[in-house]
Amino acid sequence: MKRLINQTPAPMLRVLLTLLPFVALVLLYMLASDARLAENPADKLLPSFAQIGDAIQRMAFEPSKRSGDYLLWEDTLSSLTRLGLGVVIAAVIGLALGLFTGALPLVAATASPLLTVVSLIPPLAILPVLFIVFGLGELSKVALIAIGITPFIARDIQRRTQEIPSEQLVKAQTLGANTSQIICRVLLPQLMPRLVDAVRLSLGAGWLFLIAAEAIAATEGLGYRIFLVRRYMAMDVILPYVAWITLLAFVIDALLAALSRRLFPWHHQGGH
Amino acid sequence: MIEARNLWKKYGDNVVLERVNLRVEEGEFITLVGTSGCGKSTFLNMLLGTEPVSSGELLLHGKPVSGEPGPDRGIVFQQYSVFPHMTVLQNVMAARGFARRNLTGALFGSARRAAREEALALLEEVGLSHAQGLYPAELSGGMRQRLAIAQALLGRPGILLLDEPFGALDPGIRADMHDLVLRLWRQYRLTVFMVTHDLKEGFYLGTRLWVFDKTRHDPQAPNAYGATITYDLPVGKIDRDTLSDIDRDLARTANETE
Repeated sequence: MKRLINQTPAPMLRVLLTLLPFVALVLLYMLASDARLAENPADKLLPSFAQIGDAIQRMAFEPSKRSGDYLLWEDTLSSLTRLGLGVVIAAVIGLALGLFTGALPLVAATASPLLTVVSLIPPLAILPVLFIVFGLGELSKVALIAIGITPFIARDIQRRTQEIPSEQLVKAQTLGANTSQIICRVLLPQLMPRLVDAVRLSLGAGWLFLIAAEAIAATEGLGYRIFLVRRYMAMDVILPYVAWITLLAFVIDALLAALSRRLFPWHHQGGH
Repeated sequence: MIEARNLWKKYGDNVVLERVNLRVEEGEFITLVGTSGCGKSTFLNMLLGTEPVSSGELLLHGKPVSGEPGPDRGIVFQQYSVFPHMTVLQNVMAARGFARRNLTGALFGSARRAAREEALALLEEVGLSHAQGLYPAELSGGMRQRLAIAQALLGRPGILLLDEPFGALDPGIRADMHDLVLRLWRQYRLTVFMVTHDLKEGFYLGTRLWVFDKTRHDPQAPNAYGATITYDLPVGKIDRDTLSDIDRDLARTANETE
C-alpha cells in the first residue's frame, strides 16, 4: 500500500470524485425539500425543483406584468454593466498606479505609503459617502466597485513590477533604452497577463460590492432582485438567482483565463 | 582605455575590494576568477555602472565610468538577460528600437526592415536562425545565452561584460560557447571582461587572467580587508606551477572566510 500522499485517482475515479459532492448536495436538498413540503405544502423555505423551474420560467421567459420586461435578463444586463465598468476603471487606474510606483522610486516615495493607507479603508464603510457625493444613480455603484478593488490591483501590480528581474532593466539600458521605452517595451507587456490575474482575483470582491450597492439603492439588478423578493421569502427566485450569479462568475473567470493564454502564450510556458 | 587608480569598494565596514590598480587596452579579453564573494562581480558591476565606486578612480577613456548602464558597455548575465515576452527575433531587434530617441522604442517601415535584416544576420552568426519565432522559455539554457549575446552585440558596444555567462550550462555546451565568444570577440574587436568561477576557463580563453583574492586576513574581522588583484597574467604563458599556486591561494582564502 502506497502512502496516502502518493495515491492519485485514476481518470475515471477522478471524474466520479469531482461529481460526488455536487450530486450529494442536490440529493440532500431534494430530500429536505420533500420532507418539509410533505408536512406543509405552503412552505417557502426549501421550494421543490418544480417550483424553482416555474420561477425561472416567470423571471426569464415571461414579460413582467408590471413593466413588461424580462426581469432576469434586465437584471443581468444592468449588473454586468456596473460590474464591467467598475472593474475596467479599477484595472486601468490600478495598472497605472502599480506600474509607476513599481518602476519609479521617486513616485513610489510619495504614492506607496498613501496607497497602503487607502487600501486599508473598508470600501463598504464609505458607501454612504459615495451615495451622498454621487447620488443614488449608477455612478455611486460603479464608484464603489472601482474604489473597492483598485487598491488591491494597484498593490498587486506594484509587487509584480518589482518582481521583474533587474537584469532585464540593466540589459535594456545597455541597449540604449530610456525610461519610457523601458516602461513601454519591457515592463508594460510583461504586466498585462499579471493584470488579468489580478482582475480575476478581484472579481469576487467586485461581485460583493456590486450586490451590496444594489441591495441598498437600485431599481434593477441581480442583487436588487434578491433583496427585493426576500420580503416575500421567495426562495424559489433567490436560489436560481444565486446559482445564475455563480455561473456568470465562473464563465467570466474562464473567459479571462482563456484570453490570457491566447494573448500571452509566453507567460504560460512557465519559463525564465 | 580603462584604468583603475587605487580603487576601493566598501559596504559600511565591509571592505570588498581594496587598492585595485590596473590598465586595460582596447581589444583585450580578460577573465576574472576568484572565490565567491571576492568582489569580481562587484568589479564588473562598477564597470557596468550599477555599483558606485567607494573611493579611488575607475576611468573609461579617461573619464569616470557613468553611474548608470549605457550603450557603450554590453552585458550578458548568467540568467534573466533576455526579455521573456519577446520572440528570439524580437529580442534582438529590440536593441535597434531602444537606440532610437523616441517614447516607445517601436520600429516602423524601413527602419524595421533594416533592423530585421541585421537581427537575422546576427542570429545566423550565433546559430539561432531556426529558433527566431520561439519565446525564450522554449529555448535550452545554451540557446538562451546565445540569444543574450546576439542581443548585446546588436547594440554595438565597445566593451562586453560577461557575468558567469556559462555557469549554468553543461560542459559540452560550454565549450561551444567559448568558441562562439572568442570568434565574436575577434570579429567585432570587442574588449571583453568575463567573470567565471571556473579557474581553467581563465587559462585558455582570451588574453589576460586576473585572480581576485585577499592578501591580508584578520580572523577576528573577516570583512576588515578586501580582495585585490593578486595575479595579472597573460594567457598562454602560464605554466602548471603557477596554476597550482593560484589554486592553493584561493583554497586557503576560501577556508579562512568560512
